Amino acid sequence: MATRFHLLQGNEACVEGAIAAGMKFYAGYPITPSTEIAERSAVRLPQVGGKFIQMEDEIAGIAAALGASVAGLKAMTATSGPGFSLKQENIGYASIAEIPIVIVDVQRAGPSTGLPTSPSQGDYMQSKWGTHGDHPVIVISPSSVQECYNLTVRCFNMAERFRVPVIFLMDEIVGHLREGCELIPPEELEINNRIEGNITGMTYAVSEGNYVPEFAAFGEGERYNVTGLFHDDTGFPTNDNTITRNQERRLMDKIRMRRDRIMQWEEKDCEDADVIIVCYGGTARSVMGAMEEASKMDFLKIGMFRPITVWPFPEKALEKLSKKCKHILVAEHNNGQMLLEVQRVVKDNCPVSFIGKIDGTTLTPDDILTKITEVY
Amino acid sequence: MPSKLIEKTMRVNRLPHIWCPGCGHGILMRDVAQAIENCGLDPDKVVIVSGIGCSSRAAGYMNYNTLHTTHGRAIAFATGVKLANPELTVIVITGDGDATAIGGNHLIHACRRNIDLTVVVFNNNIYGMTGGQYSPTTPHGEKGTTAPYGNIDYNFDIPKLAESAGATYTARGTAFHVPQMIKLIENGIKHHGFSLIEGLSVCPTYYGRKNKKGSAVDMYNWQKENCIDAAKAQKMSAEELEGKILTGEMSRCEKPEYTDMYMEIIRKCGGDK
Repeated sequence: MATRFHLLQGNEACVEGAIAAGMKFYAGYPITPSTEIAERSAVRLPQVGGKFIQMEDEIAGIAAALGASVAGLKAMTATSGPGFSLKQENIGYASIAEIPIVIVDVQRAGPSTGLPTSPSQGDYMQSKWGTHGDHPVIVISPSSVQECYNLTVRCFNMAERFRVPVIFLMDEIVGHLREGCELIPPEELEINNRIEGNITGMTYAVSEGNYVPEFAAFGEGERYNVTGLFHDDTGFPTNDNTITRNQERRLMDKIRMRRDRIMQWEEKDCEDADVIIVCYGGTARSVMGAMEEASKMDFLKIGMFRPITVWPFPEKALEKLSKKCKHILVAEHNNGQMLLEVQRVVKDNCPVSFIGKIDGTTLTPDDILTKITEVY
Repeated sequence: MPSKLIEKTMRVNRLPHIWCPGCGHGILMRDVAQAIENCGLDPDKVVIVSGIGCSSRAAGYMNYNTLHTTHGRAIAFATGVKLANPELTVIVITGDGDATAIGGNHLIHACRRNIDLTVVVFNNNIYGMTGGQYSPTTPHGEKGTTAPYGNIDYNFDIPKLAESAGATYTARGTAFHVPQMIKLIENGIKHHGFSLIEGLSVCPTYYGRKNKKGSAVDMYNWQKENCIDAAKAQKMSAEELEGKILTGEMSRCEKPEYTDMYMEIIRKCGGDK
């Protein structure tokens, strides 16, 4: 890694970003199209004193990563559709026990085994609602190889800072895309670590000025209890309604109250656009192609609104735009999932149309331009 | 007044425990604590990982670093803890359902890796927490709420399962034979590699009642009369051993340990610098 610029696959850039962020542990199970993340982690982690382990299944992958996180290491696991389904229970465990972890889901076409090597964005809703019970969610979706690098760092920062599972929602398009990528060294990046502290029996109490409990790694002398049961500030189970209610509220609020700091999105040529296309992840590349085509001919003015944090959804920004533009088209590689979120936000401000694909092929710029001429 | 051992090794303010009168789990939990004491370990460096079920509630009572995880996954979480920090002594407390049904895959693969974990299975032959359903160790022909006409499954022999999967130390003790059980756990902790110790527990509330095993005392007496130390068994005839359960150390061998081998990879890659 002598030079800064490399030709990398999105999956490889994700691993490099993770290592720059301080990842010291990876546990996972091979699954297309995310396998290169495991492979590169296996090569790179021991070089930086970290640990890689291939576990017996997807559930064990996230479980071992959570165990390592409790022992103090920044940890990650990666998977795709079927494996993402299997990991859901322990995503909930990480939420309630407040264990930092990054879970990468390189989406492929589903349901079930589906089309293992084909692009899809079918896990958008699952990334928020996949595990049972109400829980806080941060989901980030990259559109380029460079973003696979930079945003993986951000995933770790948020996981560590907020003590939450953060989901990096990639897709086959960005995962297997090869582009130039600048490997920005850690000293030039903002790197956040978990807030460590002397918790002395009050494992889950939030001290003055903090918004999450301080963390002590197992083995450092605090000797506390971690459980997936609702628990009080000491970390021990309780059925007390008030304590349960307060814990649930605090878990949700630590993200909800800081949404404005967490949310990230891109607005491209939206100012005077007739039609704004809402898209994320790999789909944005087709949309950018469509915009380029349109600019070469006598066509409508097209803008792009691209949520980068797909959860929490950047609703205020989109609501504002929906009052200015004439039409919104949602483009996704599914049957319309973010569409529901867009409709909820836009209401009657302007008409909302949808273009999607679920046949294993990619939306082309032509598909998108044709759709615009149909609906507008 | 709690004994000195309980005072030192348990979170006394979390007691009394939730287990039913007569349950063997409290005895087995105390055995684990005594074994840790006998090994002279620094409690700050001991991690207890458990899954879900009656057995797994033990973690919350024990005054170490305790991780009460999801059903069946304790060994997978423990693998992460141990590999992340091999300086820690990692002990898994799990049950027959947790370890060999929902968590069976994690059990055999941890055995295969020979990672230095000590797994203590509190085997009460039943799913107690959910009210008495048959488990992978409910004996053939016996009853559970989900085997009302008798269990047609055959049961696992847990130490044999672990040994054949690659565990380098396996043993079986009982809740009744306390000094032996403590020694077996102690040896398991000292063994550098994957250790599995099955602790035969007693569930008078569900397993005992469903199968007319009498009172808790009757069930402990049954253990006393029917569990034979493997060393003694060698001198006994096949007839005398009919229907008996062997206890003691079942197998032991030496093999390179997983985290040691991984540290060697790190050294080769220059990651230790």
